[in-house]
Amino acid sequence: MTVLAQVPTGSGQPPPTPPAARSGRHRLLPYLLLLPGAAWLLVFFGVPLVQLAAASLYDPSGSLSTGYALTWAFGNYPDVLQAYWPQFLRSFGYAGIALVLALLLGYPLAYAIAQKAGRWKNLLLVCVIAPMFTSFLVRTLAWKTILSDNGALVGLLRDVHLLAPDGRLLATPFAVVLGLTYNFLPFLVLPLYASLERLDHRLLEAASDLYASPVQAFRRVTLPLSMPGLVAGTLLFFIPASGDYINAELLGTPNEYMIGNVIDSAFLVRLDYPQGAALSFLLMAAILAVVFGYLRRAGTEEVL
Amino acid sequence: MTRETPAGDLRLANLTKRFGIFTAVDDLSLTVPQGSFFALLGASGCGKTTTLRMIAGLEEPTGGQVLLGDRDIARLRPYKRPVNTVFQSYALFPHLNIFENVAFGLRRRGIRSVDDEVMRMLSLVQLDDYGSRRPAQLSGGQQQRVALARALINRPQVLLLDEPLGALDLKLRRQMQIELKRIQTEVGITFVHVTHDQEEAMTMADTVAVMNAGRIEQLGAPADIYEFPATAFVANFLGQSNLLAGEAAGTAGGEVAVTAHGARFSVPAGRARSDRGLVHLGVRPEKLHLVGSADQVPAGHQHVTGVVTDASYVGVSTQYLLRTGWGTELSVFTANSGAATQVPVGSEAVAYWDARHAFLLSRDAADSDRTAPVVDEPVGASS
Ligand SMILES: Nc1ncnc2c1ncn2[C@@H]1O[C@H](COP(=O)(O)OP(=O)(O)O)[C@@H](O)[C@H]1O
Ligand SMILES: [Mg+2]
Repeated sequence: MTVLAQVPTGSGQPPPTPPAARSGRHRLLPYLLLLPGAAWLLVFFGVPLVQLAAASLYDPSGSLSTGYALTWAFGNYPDVLQAYWPQFLRSFGYAGIALVLALLLGYPLAYAIAQKAGRWKNLLLVCVIAPMFTSFLVRTLAWKTILSDNGALVGLLRDVHLLAPDGRLLATPFAVVLGLTYNFLPFLVLPLYASLERLDHRLLEAASDLYASPVQAFRRVTLPLSMPGLVAGTLLFFIPASGDYINAELLGTPNEYMIGNVIDSAFLVRLDYPQGAALSFLLMAAILAVVFGYLRRAGTEEVL
Repeated sequence: MTRETPAGDLRLANLTKRFGIFTAVDDLSLTVPQGSFFALLGASGCGKTTTLRMIAGLEEPTGGQVLLGDRDIARLRPYKRPVNTVFQSYALFPHLNIFENVAFGLRRRGIRSVDDEVMRMLSLVQLDDYGSRRPAQLSGGQQQRVALARALINRPQVLLLDEPLGALDLKLRRQMQIELKRIQTEVGITFVHVTHDQEEAMTMADTVAVMNAGRIEQLGAPADIYEFPATAFVANFLGQSNLLAGEAAGTAGGEVAVTAHGARFSVPAGRARSDRGLVHLGVRPEKLHLVGSADQVPAGHQHVTGVVTDASYVGVSTQYLLRTGWGTELSVFTANSGAATQVPVGSEAVAYWDARHAFLLSRDAADSDRTAPVVDEPVGASS
């Protein structure tokens, strides 16, 4: 028993580099490398952001023709929230439902490609990405055709009485959620795939050897180990989906409009810049709040 | 956590596994007595892991039975078997700390208060203070001990160990061998230990099964197998042997007379696997003694004459090659006990042995002399 006491307790750390060994030039290099990106961010993100912030505080009585005055009109925020809270709720509701659907579709898909596809792996991955080679708009328009009232799908559903004789798919919340699910699915699947691909199946054998049923092995081993991909995938799905307006525009009616549609019309139709800017900021804040709340729970590894 | 299932021996009956047309495990039958330390020894690729995986339930047998006591468990799901495995790769859960890794099996069986048991197990493998670390923060030897603790804590009826010491350096491996043996004696669980290291198998196991190409070549106590191998494969896999091609003429007066390369030898009948026809006359290198001339051979011993072509001094012994008149080179190990004098390379010498130390194995017509090449690995190298 005593022999084991001599077992080394860990591999030695490499000796730290003495500070003197790093010349000034080497210390500057990382910052120099950051410079182009930082400049880009400043010019094309920072400046517009400040401008947008300013616009959200313009006097709401101004207009493009008469000009706007920066009057620090914080009242714009409660005003737009009061006017458009249903669209806010709808945005997060639709995006949330679409996320759940995408998880139900995407997790098994990513798992199958990563663990079971064998030599078909690459082909299947290409299939996941292939739709992205056509434009977002075209793909959504294609759904419009598929779901249209005199299309084959609606005909079939009416024939088997899954849909009332005058029932429709297009221009319903269902169509919008479907469009969101479809359009953003690859953003969920790809990071998930990357995580699941690295999963060592021998760990699942070990779990099963240690009395874990397949369900328990999934919950205790597969799921926690795919967490990084799951978190990244849900964020990459949820953020653009909750800000989207194309799906509601093309597959829905004004009754299905999301906050993106309101912002779109504020800037481009009603030309109400203060309102559009205030809505944009509120959307950003709401998404950040959701994301941080989610990440904090994910960080504790007990999300599910 | 007492188990209701009747305890008992592990029996494999006609166990077979085919991958396509390739037979990895071929009609394997053996019994591992309850509470014994059983070693499955064989070269890489001979089907050891496949056999273990069938016992654990991770591989479905093509045919045959896995019996635990009277119960055939061959078709039970792995998580329903009272069997645990220490995997070749350890397969520790990287997202769980050491404590949770060890507690995994207990928790899956719905046991709530695991703290005492886990702490006891961690101290058994001398990792008391490591509970909160992640597997990646441990050395190979420590990970191996976690894998052992994680399996042992479930008190399985059978513990399967798949070359668990393979990744460790020699010194740590020896320490762990002693440690494993101690733990096995302490907990009294049946251990089935797979290894390709013959020295490991011999030092640890009560019973060794030598496996070759999916079949058991020989099964028995390490000393019995070593002293009286059943086949030429075993004779040269477990240690080294000099095998001289000869012909036996049957038993007479308790002795078998053998003619090999024109010389006559005799072997006690009890040491002959075959007493008639084509045979290999086998003698272990350390059972051969070197002297300068035939008249120095003690009475009642057999001998061959040759020329020393190589002498390697390895500290504990000197390993000679003796080229016989017909050209075969025999290995001779002389212990460095101070009694024997060094024999210079190039000189004539006589190797003699006690007839009771020789053995006879049956031989195919195509087989001629077989002497193991001098390898710097395992025999005697570290003893
Ligand atoms: N899943 C498998 N498919 C095909 N052949 C396999 C599979 N698993 C093992 N084998 C083959 O079976 C033989 C025995 O393998 P294994 O039991 O792992 O050997 P060992 O553990 O003794 O080194 C090897 O030749 C190996 O290539
Ligand atoms: Mg193996």
